[in-house]
Amino acid sequence: MDALLSYAVFFVSIAGIYAILSLALNVQWGLTGLFNIGIVAFVAVGAYTSVLLTVEPSATFDGGLGLPLPVGFVGAMVTSAVLAFFVGLITLNLRADYLAIATIGIAEIVRLFLKNEEWLTNGVRGVGGVPRPFAELGQVWMPVAQMLLVLVLLAVVFFLIERARRAPWGRVLRAIRENELTVLASGKTVKAFRLQAFVLGSAIMGLAGALWAHFVGFVSPEAFEPLQTTFLVWVMLIAGGSGNTKGAVLGAFIIWAIWSGSQFATDLLPPEMVTQAGALRMGLIGLLLVLVLLFRNEGLLSESDQRRGDLAREAREERRAG
Amino acid sequence: MIKVENIVKRFGGLTAVDGCTLEVPAGSITAVIGPNGAGKTTLFSIIAGFLKPNEGRVLMDGEDITGMSPPQLFRKGLVRTFQIPHELPRMTVLENLMLVPEAQSGERLLSAWLSPGRVRREEREIRARAEEVLAFLSLYELRHELAGRLSGGQKKLLELGRTMMTEPRVVLLDEPAAGVNRTLLGKLTAAIRQLNEERGYTFVVIEHDMDMIAELCHPVIVMAQGKVLAEGSMDEIRRDPEVLEAYLGGAHA
Amino acid sequence: MAELLQLVVFGLVLGSILTLGAIGLSLTYGILKFAHFAHGDFMTLGAYFALSLVAMAHLPILLSIPIAALATILVALVADRLIYRRLRRTRPVILLIASVGVALILRSAVQIIWGPNVQVYSPGIQLPYVIPFGDGAIRIKPDHLIIMGGALILVSALHVFLQYTRVGKAMRAMSDNPDLARVTGIDTEKIVLWTWGIGIFLAAVGGIFAGMDAQLHPVVGWRLLLPVFAAAILGGIGRPYGAIAGGMTIGLAQELSTLVIDPSYKPAVSFAIMVLVLIFRPRGIFAGRST
Repeated sequence: MDALLSYAVFFVSIAGIYAILSLALNVQWGLTGLFNIGIVAFVAVGAYTSVLLTVEPSATFDGGLGLPLPVGFVGAMVTSAVLAFFVGLITLNLRADYLAIATIGIAEIVRLFLKNEEWLTNGVRGVGGVPRPFAELGQVWMPVAQMLLVLVLLAVVFFLIERARRAPWGRVLRAIRENELTVLASGKTVKAFRLQAFVLGSAIMGLAGALWAHFVGFVSPEAFEPLQTTFLVWVMLIAGGSGNTKGAVLGAFIIWAIWSGSQFATDLLPPEMVTQAGALRMGLIGLLLVLVLLFRNEGLLSESDQRRGDLAREAREERRAG
Repeated sequence: MIKVENIVKRFGGLTAVDGCTLEVPAGSITAVIGPNGAGKTTLFSIIAGFLKPNEGRVLMDGEDITGMSPPQLFRKGLVRTFQIPHELPRMTVLENLMLVPEAQSGERLLSAWLSPGRVRREEREIRARAEEVLAFLSLYELRHELAGRLSGGQKKLLELGRTMMTEPRVVLLDEPAAGVNRTLLGKLTAAIRQLNEERGYTFVVIEHDMDMIAELCHPVIVMAQGKVLAEGSMDEIRRDPEVLEAYLGGAHA
Repeated sequence: MAELLQLVVFGLVLGSILTLGAIGLSLTYGILKFAHFAHGDFMTLGAYFALSLVAMAHLPILLSIPIAALATILVALVADRLIYRRLRRTRPVILLIASVGVALILRSAVQIIWGPNVQVYSPGIQLPYVIPFGDGAIRIKPDHLIIMGGALILVSALHVFLQYTRVGKAMRAMSDNPDLARVTGIDTEKIVLWTWGIGIFLAAVGGIFAGMDAQLHPVVGWRLLLPVFAAAILGGIGRPYGAIAGGMTIGLAQELSTLVIDPSYKPAVSFAIMVLVLIFRPRGIFAGRST
């Protein structure tokens, strides 16, 4: 296959995985106002769960059950959800800034765990030989099939989140974000809704982690760094439009284009600067974040755009019904 | 209906409510008045479950409801409004009201995903009810406006509207008239009386507008420095020297 | 016994560093009303400024400390003017996100200017003072004494500042009750500048101390952010005096924890303490009575 075409397939696959992450964060932050800056923890837990469930047994560590891939994906969602449930239970009544620092702590503990519990995770050496979906299709068609898998899952996640957002469930979440006391005074159990949003978002993050691991074929504790896994996702959501489901997806594709474009740019640097490329790109992420907040803090597609869309749709439905 | 017994609430060194005991008769529109800092709003927050008292208890129909959470009390038919309007600023006026009704099946994720038809039917009903309430409060034209853009008086009406989205038994209104213009005020007073007479809601009202209280409320309970100072009809209260002292003393301090 | 005391010494050293970070974080939180996530990276920046002064200008480290800290303040004021001040009218959480952006920019700059590798202020091994004790001995490096002494001096100076100067009193008032402070005619913009000045000064010194205690690397401050936050929360966020107690407690707890848990999980200790505090005493252990 043409190099450009195969790059396009790669690009769409990774951007699609990021779009799933961005949608997951949109449930937590965009809708509910839960400040999770430990996304990497749930992604890593999901990735490792799926990998350990599906790789062939190994002599060096206990993980490796050789189960089929779908089991891995479901397992990833369940483990991330369980982790989120317990984290949520203790931290979700905290103010946004306390939750933020608590999620950083969780990310740190997950990193330490993956690194130190060698019996389970093979420690810093990581786990290779991760089964790739559609490997039987061969070098040419496997990436295409994988891309389609990512896109199908993205569509399913998008559909489910969008339907939940429009339903009374989403209305309660947005209300909690706006004013918790009002929601309490309206007889809703705020904490239960928060917990649902946090667990749902984290389960989806776990799914994205599993997808990524099987796409790349290798996991190690170092592969999950906060910069690419947490902060990049934040920039995507905020740039795309926090609270706007389409914006979350759009932001993921645009920011991933900029991010991977910056790699081409840094590849052109003189060799003595190449080691600094990572640092430059980190600065770029920070700069993007600040610039979006300063000049377009609603994002490309704002939540109010979405509201107008919702109203128009309701009016159409009313006409049809009436 | 509601009985408050020896409630004490301290914030650090400050005692906001200091052994308050009072009773709200069923079917009444009871006023709670008193100078600023008398502990009225704190008492409301305790009754509605937003604050826990240091001492004392709150009874509703003889049942001890002290320390129950606001959602629990809501389900028992006790709702409150806030003195400073607590609207949901980036949501529409309609959404502000549609949030309220309880047991919406669309609030459960699985129903939201799996039975959209049922959710849509319920939504239509809730919406019709919300539009009715908005029409009643003269806010119908603003139903798609963001609640944050309403005027102070309109936000007050929205607070009241929220209590009308359920079938409450006791409504605690914290200064419903403040910032509401005269025309709306007449409407508000009429609404409260109508809800009281026709649907049997019991009201407890914190208010500074004495005309409104005189017109609407009986009995009137006067609080000062965290305690109940006097109780009776508005005329009795007006003649009570202790009450005058509390108000004037408060004004001089 | 000697082993225990040795850990206490390490704990006090770490506690001194955390205290310096936590005071600034607590002050910014109290007065500017947002969690400043770039605080750790300002610590890093201060440490690297000092490195340049020591390595290139050949200044002694003690002289480099105040100069580097002042330079760090300048950077913070630039960040405040260009970014934070423009966002101050929005919700605090927007400022929080912006500070994450600032953190990334600072870390990137540090890595580009000074390189990604581990560095030290003075090559060679410092000979520790050995104090025989019971069946063993306690080792204290001269740098450890500088760190503890320095923190003590700075904390005392801060105390005098907060208690006896007009600006200091105004800062305490604003932290306790911003509305009241505004009504009483305190110049809030001036207080904001002082808050950055003092908070970032202490943070920079803390960063330099962290570099003296171990080594310098571009994430030295980011790694400290979690325990610094834990210390500030433990002390009751917004309360500089609580931050001192919080910093010392977290420092000691982290070092002493190695007696009972695997040292590789040491960084998790501060997190565990923080979560416990948030559950049981959300206003902080050392917050005292709050009104």
